[in-house]
Amino acid sequence: MKAIVNVYLKEGVLDPQGKAVHHALGSLGFDNVTDVRIGKQIVLQLDESDKEKAMKELTEMAETLLANTVIEDYEIEIAE
Amino acid sequence: MKTLKVSILQFPGTNCDFDTVYAFQRLGHETTLVWHKEEQLPEATDLVVVPGGFSYGDYLRSGSIARFSPVMKAVQAYAGEGGKILGICNGFQILTEAHLLPGALKRNEHLHFISRFQRLKVLETDNAFLNRCEKGEVLNIPIAHADGNYYVDDETLDEMEKNGQILLRYCDEQGEPMVVNGSVRQIAGICNRDKNVFGLMPHPERAMESILGSVDGQRMLEGFASA
Repeated sequence: MKAIVNVYLKEGVLDPQGKAVHHALGSLGFDNVTDVRIGKQIVLQLDESDKEKAMKELTEMAETLLANTVIEDYEIEIAE
Repeated sequence: MKTLKVSILQFPGTNCDFDTVYAFQRLGHETTLVWHKEEQLPEATDLVVVPGGFSYGDYLRSGSIARFSPVMKAVQAYAGEGGKILGICNGFQILTEAHLLPGALKRNEHLHFISRFQRLKVLETDNAFLNRCEKGEVLNIPIAHADGNYYVDDETLDEMEKNGQILLRYCDEQGEPMVVNGSVRQIAGICNRDKNVFGLMPHPERAMESILGSVDGQRMLEGFASA
């Protein structure tokens, strides 16, 4: 099974990269962009067929290593 | 001054290990390099130093992978027993990732790698680290980092300030706060609540000789022997 973990800086935690890209888009004339947030996408292949069990493990992976929950939020997606 | 047994950790990608050895030997201490695969710290260690560098290439987040190296279990236990630990630059990042220090270090606000001398104001001296410095004095110490933008939530920050855990702040020559990398309240160095785990982005081990521009690092590192 394939799983995708998206990691973003929390709302309220300033995202310096997002801010720089927002600024660059503005200089290119894309002046309707109101916010840019940059995150990370971690794609995992799991040898597991139990979706519930996989979700539990992925949550543990995200909490311990994939995200730093002091500054980041994460979303887990299981792709069939 | 007391001779200390200083254990200096090495991860793949650590690059300030030998500067740190040099600095502590210069102060008359015994040093041992400890490879990250070790499961124990050398017996009778008085101080553990997590030196600067780019452990695991800064992959994922600076310090995030090193914090799970075998030696870090021993470091956690050592901290729990009240042992003194100093994290410099990448070492600071590793200690926050390991939750031995509060907060986290984000990418610098302006996204640039900064490498230069920087003035720092000493905010607290009632601890095992900065007891040889004067409260309010301005030090000149090199900084070299891309991820030094210290963040912690406001509530924890207020608590840390009240407990005397905010040790160093970036400042100008007059000691006025200066924005360097976007750190909350211009924080450059902190300690934990029990004041036995210390972390800072600047490199005191690079300020040990006047020929290299500053000897202020010497006074910072000397503190551990008088505590």
